[in-house]
Amino acid sequence: MSEKKRNIIAFSIIVMGILFVVYGIYRGEIDVVLRKAVNICLECIGIG
Amino acid sequence: MAEFFKKIKSKSRFIVQLVFTALSNGYVQGFVDGKIFTGKTKAVCVPGLNCYSCPGALGSCPIGSLQATLGNRNYKFAFYVLGFLMIVGAFFGRLVCGWLCPFGLVQDLLYKIPFFKKLKKLPSDKFLKWLKFVILALFVIILPLFAVDAFGQGKPWFCEYICPSGTLGAGVPLTILNEGLRSIIGWLYAWKMAILVLIIFLSILVYRPFCRYLCPLGAIYGLFNPVSLYRYKIDEKKCVSCGACQKACKLDIKTFATPNSMECIRCGDCIKACPHNAIKKTTDKKEKAD
Repeated sequence: MSEKKRNIIAFSIIVMGILFVVYGIYRGEIDVVLRKAVNICLECIGIG
Repeated sequence: MAEFFKKIKSKSRFIVQLVFTALSNGYVQGFVDGKIFTGKTKAVCVPGLNCYSCPGALGSCPIGSLQATLGNRNYKFAFYVLGFLMIVGAFFGRLVCGWLCPFGLVQDLLYKIPFFKKLKKLPSDKFLKWLKFVILALFVIILPLFAVDAFGQGKPWFCEYICPSGTLGAGVPLTILNEGLRSIIGWLYAWKMAILVLIIFLSILVYRPFCRYLCPLGAIYGLFNPVSLYRYKIDEKKCVSCGACQKACKLDIKTFATPNSMECIRCGDCIKACPHNAIKKTTDKKEKAD
């Protein structure tokens, strides 16, 4: 695969990634992440 | 002075790892109180495997966040976290593993401990390296999505049953600092400690065993290695396939043949070792034509 094709694929993924992030924030997924992260994750620390 | 800067340059990866680990776990008060940071920056993922329940953590773990979103009964697809992984992966690939992951730094330090016999890889490496994809598929995606409770909520199976980074960064300090948590530990804590102890031992014996064989985040970033904007290139005019790069590579990758292998964490040891200066990064300035 040529270097140019690899770069095009990378940029396409980045653009898609940005769109995913924006849509994810729009539908409220960021609140799920924040809510999980600001409470002690009992599963993570081995208590379950 | 020149000697000093030369030494700094030779340790640049270690310095970056240290600084990034300190920055992403900079909530020192958490280690004093035995509590975790609850600020808004935790809505943002850090690129490496850094448990959000580490007392110092200022951001979120992408793998934990992925499971949390997939397991949420309202969503079942994680656009936000997946988008983040796509952006980071497409820019850097597994450079994150080599330069930014705190648990990668822990393994690097453990490997420096002398041991009478170091291994280049574990037996059955050829099959074991696919285990991280199985863990990604089963524990990070399928189980959180489909093994749900009566309310339709899934749980973070990888975090709960496997992740040694969570045990080391979060489980150990919080149970030491917090008597309430310490009083309720049971068999699950013992299981996770056993996994952590095993990884610690293996990290002395072989380089980065968790990254090679178990890490679902490394599995994801590895998929981007062949196309990420930061990648390696072999100058065919200079490369003589002498194998010096493979010999220097602690992951035993034939860089001259597969410069952007999914296993490569982009530590740069191969570049330093190449006697013909044949391995380039896409960030290197183009050489002037003769």
